[in-house]
Amino acid sequence: MANEVEFCLPDLGEGLTEGEVLRWLVAAGDTVAVNQPLVEVETAKAAVELPSPYGGTVVTLHATEGELLPVGARLVSIATTDIAAPSEEGVPGVDEGSGPVLVGYGVTEAATRRRRRVGATSPHGTERPEAGPPGEPVKPVRHGGLEVGRAAEAKFADGGATTTSAKAKPPVRRLARQLGIDLRAVRPTGLDGTVTRDDVEAAAALQLAGSSATGAHTVAGGDRREPVRGVLRSMASAMTESAATIPSVTEWVEVDVTRSAALMGRMKQLPEYSGTKVTPLLLVACACLTALRREPRLNAVFDAAAQEIAYRETVQLGIAVASDRGLVVPHVDDAGSLTLPELAVALVDVVPRARAGSATPNDLVGGTFTITNVGVFGIDGGTPMITPGQSAILAFGQWRDRPWVDKGQVVVRTASTVSLSFDHRFIDGATGSRFLRDVADILEEPALLHLWT
Amino acid sequence: MAIPTHAVDDTCVQLLTPEGERVANADFPLDVSDDELRALYRDLVLVRRVDAEATALQRQGELGLWAQVLGQEAAQVGAGRALVSGDMAFPTYREHGVAWCRGVDPLAVLGLFRGTTNGGWSPEEHGFAHYTIVIGDQCPQAVGYAMGMQHDAAENAAMVFFGDGASSQGDVNESFIWASVFNAPVVFFCQNNQWAISEPLERQTRIPLFQRAWGFGFPGVRVDGNDVLACLAVSRQMLQRAREGAGPALIEAFTYRMGAHTTSDDPTRYRLDTDVEAWRLRDPLERVRSFLHKQQLVDDAFFAELDDESEQLALSLRDGLRALPDPSIDDLFANAYAEPHSLVERQHDEFARYLAGFAIENAP
Repeated sequence: MANEVEFCLPDLGEGLTEGEVLRWLVAAGDTVAVNQPLVEVETAKAAVELPSPYGGTVVTLHATEGELLPVGARLVSIATTDIAAPSEEGVPGVDEGSGPVLVGYGVTEAATRRRRRVGATSPHGTERPEAGPPGEPVKPVRHGGLEVGRAAEAKFADGGATTTSAKAKPPVRRLARQLGIDLRAVRPTGLDGTVTRDDVEAAAALQLAGSSATGAHTVAGGDRREPVRGVLRSMASAMTESAATIPSVTEWVEVDVTRSAALMGRMKQLPEYSGTKVTPLLLVACACLTALRREPRLNAVFDAAAQEIAYRETVQLGIAVASDRGLVVPHVDDAGSLTLPELAVALVDVVPRARAGSATPNDLVGGTFTITNVGVFGIDGGTPMITPGQSAILAFGQWRDRPWVDKGQVVVRTASTVSLSFDHRFIDGATGSRFLRDVADILEEPALLHLWT
Repeated sequence: MAIPTHAVDDTCVQLLTPEGERVANADFPLDVSDDELRALYRDLVLVRRVDAEATALQRQGELGLWAQVLGQEAAQVGAGRALVSGDMAFPTYREHGVAWCRGVDPLAVLGLFRGTTNGGWSPEEHGFAHYTIVIGDQCPQAVGYAMGMQHDAAENAAMVFFGDGASSQGDVNESFIWASVFNAPVVFFCQNNQWAISEPLERQTRIPLFQRAWGFGFPGVRVDGNDVLACLAVSRQMLQRAREGAGPALIEAFTYRMGAHTTSDDPTRYRLDTDVEAWRLRDPLERVRSFLHKQQLVDDAFFAELDDESEQLALSLRDGLRALPDPSIDDLFANAYAEPHSLVERQHDEFARYLAGFAIENAP
């Protein structure tokens, strides 16, 4: 049976990031042989013909002539009859239906796309770029950290069974061995009582007074200094970029969420929501998704270089999550297409994983609109900062009973403050206000969800 | 007295014309059997096939880079087949034809450009040093190696490969001087392919390159670099001369880089199609094919079998390349020093820890 494989745009010249499709030399339905030229591509360095890696039948051309493709983007799908062609499970390092391409998935921009490093203690201070182009699934780099890391885990796992009474990841076990730490003697702080890298390093620091295993150290005058790494570094760079490049404004509104709170109570009874968490976040997310359909600009992004507004086809709903490593923003894929029960399931999947520090890199990049729940900290509202690459972020505060004036009477209602920061370069006050008002109206009267959709 | 402005000798040794006619040369006679002729043609065809497959594989993302040898096969096969056991060759990064002649598995060469190996082969076993990317860097090494041979009273010679662009490098000129004054058994084999990336030959020299040798104190010869027989004859003679203690020599193989400098280069931006077309008529393979055919040294079955062999070779390279295992990080540190070294071991441990830091907890 024919096996459909994809050929993605490789890095054709030592560090290129994109290429322009000049001319297709084949069409869907054509039979192609191995090394038959498929397409002419122009990069910053050269215009070249790309020969087919597979023999078979062209199924889909994924780009049109004149289109600028990032390295790693799909070029063409081929139903291969070539017995040498890889099956997905047969090729190491191949994921998500991509061909086994060596180069080309390792080169792209943003700090937010970088692979998370767990408690790294590297002296090198370099980060490895991880992801493919925007909107494309993150692919493992064939000779990169993910593969090496997994291989290392597998390798180290062999020796890990000796300390069976303590729970720890293989690399942590290895670290413990290197530092001469007995894992059973370490106080675990990780999820389900696992010993984390930090625990081991703290134990080592105790054991060897003055050790600088965590990279933290004390300078004259008594200041303790701690290196900025990993998630914290990503947060620092994202927030700096946000403040420096996005002229934003913030608005807020107090909302009577009594009806929403009542609705939540009814939802909890429904079998559709069993196994999920019916929380204010779920209703706020739902309200935002409906409001985004009415004001799609909030889900678009301002492309300053091109002087264009790029409207996103889908809503990748980012949820700001406080993990023990700092701020992470996993997202729910194509959230706009989900029903409310589906959204509940997705949130229950994405959020706890990010909070526990086990989100995959794919979860942490590529959001288009973010919600942050400052209510969980017992806070009413704030001025959230926009994640670079997005144009708006909505914060909501705790839901609590407050005195509320209703028809001239002071009554007790459940209320919450909802704040919205948006990119004022292309979202004017009227648009931003309409969006925020829509969200508030839905939370006040959830029936609008039906009336507006 | 009138001072001559330049030397006038620009003769070029040729034993086989582009039309496939054998020409005699009194200074460089060549005695080759029919079997040797067929074997040389097979070398040329297979080296070209490896090169073409590697170029395609780079375009498919399987290699990070490839430096095409297209057009220079005869120069490399002629020189490569003149080397004997015990001789040592020092290549640039384009000597795929010489590597082939020294018995290096083409897959090992591709592995280098895929980044799965830091070397790829044993220089000692093959008499073929590792590829050198730094321009001209291999020349002082070759001269030093030749001086070692001299001290060992070995009856061998070193041969070092470089290009017209490298002829402007200090390393190369210093090597000429060392080789000359110490009478080292080394043959400098310059493939003048007319282009140093985008820089034309006239930006390297005002005189034919081989004539420079006389200024350093050893002979220089220009040979038709697209004539495998001439390259073989001249290389054999100069190597033999060096082995016998007569000192270094410079061979300028006059050829043309038909492809791009590397797969990252676009030659159409700086050179004319008409030049390329003119050189196509001097193709190094066609003349041998035509000679073999005219002399009736081969039949159609020979060519058919060779075609088949080269397709099989390409297929096995393609499959073999994709199956190359990822390198261990240990490889990075293994050969930095011959003996264990505490600093390197510490770096190795740090690096392993750094990589382990990428591990995704609870990865699905």
